Amino acid sequence: METSTILIVAALLFSIGLAVVVVKRHAIVVLMGVELMLNAANLNLVAFSQYDPDRLQGQMMTLFVLVVAAAEAAVALAIVLQVYRHFRTVQLDEVNELNN
Amino acid sequence: MIQAAIILFSALTIGGALAVLLTRNVLYSAFFLLLTLLGVAALFVLASADFLAVAQIMIYVGGVLVLIVFGVMLTHNSDPLSRNNQRSNAVLTNHRSWLWPLIMAGGMFTVLYQVLSRGLFVIINREPKYQTTVDTIGRQLMTEYLIPFEIAGILLLVALVGAAYLAMPKQEM
Repeated sequence: METSTILIVAALLFSIGLAVVVVKRHAIVVLMGVELMLNAANLNLVAFSQYDPDRLQGQMMTLFVLVVAAAEAAVALAIVLQVYRHFRTVQLDEVNELNN
Repeated sequence: MIQAAIILFSALTIGGALAVLLTRNVLYSAFFLLLTLLGVAALFVLASADFLAVAQIMIYVGGVLVLIVFGVMLTHNSDPLSRNNQRSNAVLTNHRSWLWPLIMAGGMFTVLYQVLSRGLFVIINREPKYQTTVDTIGRQLMTEYLIPFEIAGILLLVALVGAAYLAMPKQEM
């Protein structure tokens, strides 16, 4: 069954994204993990949306998730850039004070 | 035929994601993320979402990934932290623990797999119709989803202005 294959791939992608977010120490790689998790959610929505060809609610939701992901990536990378200017590093374990 | 293509692109997607997890070079993980995003776009096509596949390639590969590569290059540190032991948490940065995150991710995948393999989805027994989705999405955007569409436009404007303001150097503020 094709749909259950896609759902299992999405579950695996979500788990890998979660592991990337927790394991990695570089801020940009953590952002990549968040993108992987968003893609897994999109895959679920699209997999169920092909049985709803008249309204396509899942695909509309996916479209808005894409927009929010683009906005999130832009703002997060701007913040990472400021963190790098201030601390001269983007390793998350070493950014450990609010007031320097 | 479709089954084989789904297996192929699933392997591509999962392999790219695993490579993002396993590699230590940030630029390599950006390129493996490109592989994963292209695989997801191909799975979108196979799930009869052609417009979304093109949007995924244009937004993620053309936008977000270029942004990420710019971020990697702008925050590149010529003095690698593996040799810089003066920092406060250098030990924590260089020796990360793999056990608990992998147990957590593996447990989450096990739970999700059990739920998906035992779940009885009634609508999946219907046969999907393969047709273009562009005109349906356009009609939906102009009727049912008009207000979310406008809000998404305003959100993008706010994100544009906010990102430009945040990334400004301090002395010009």
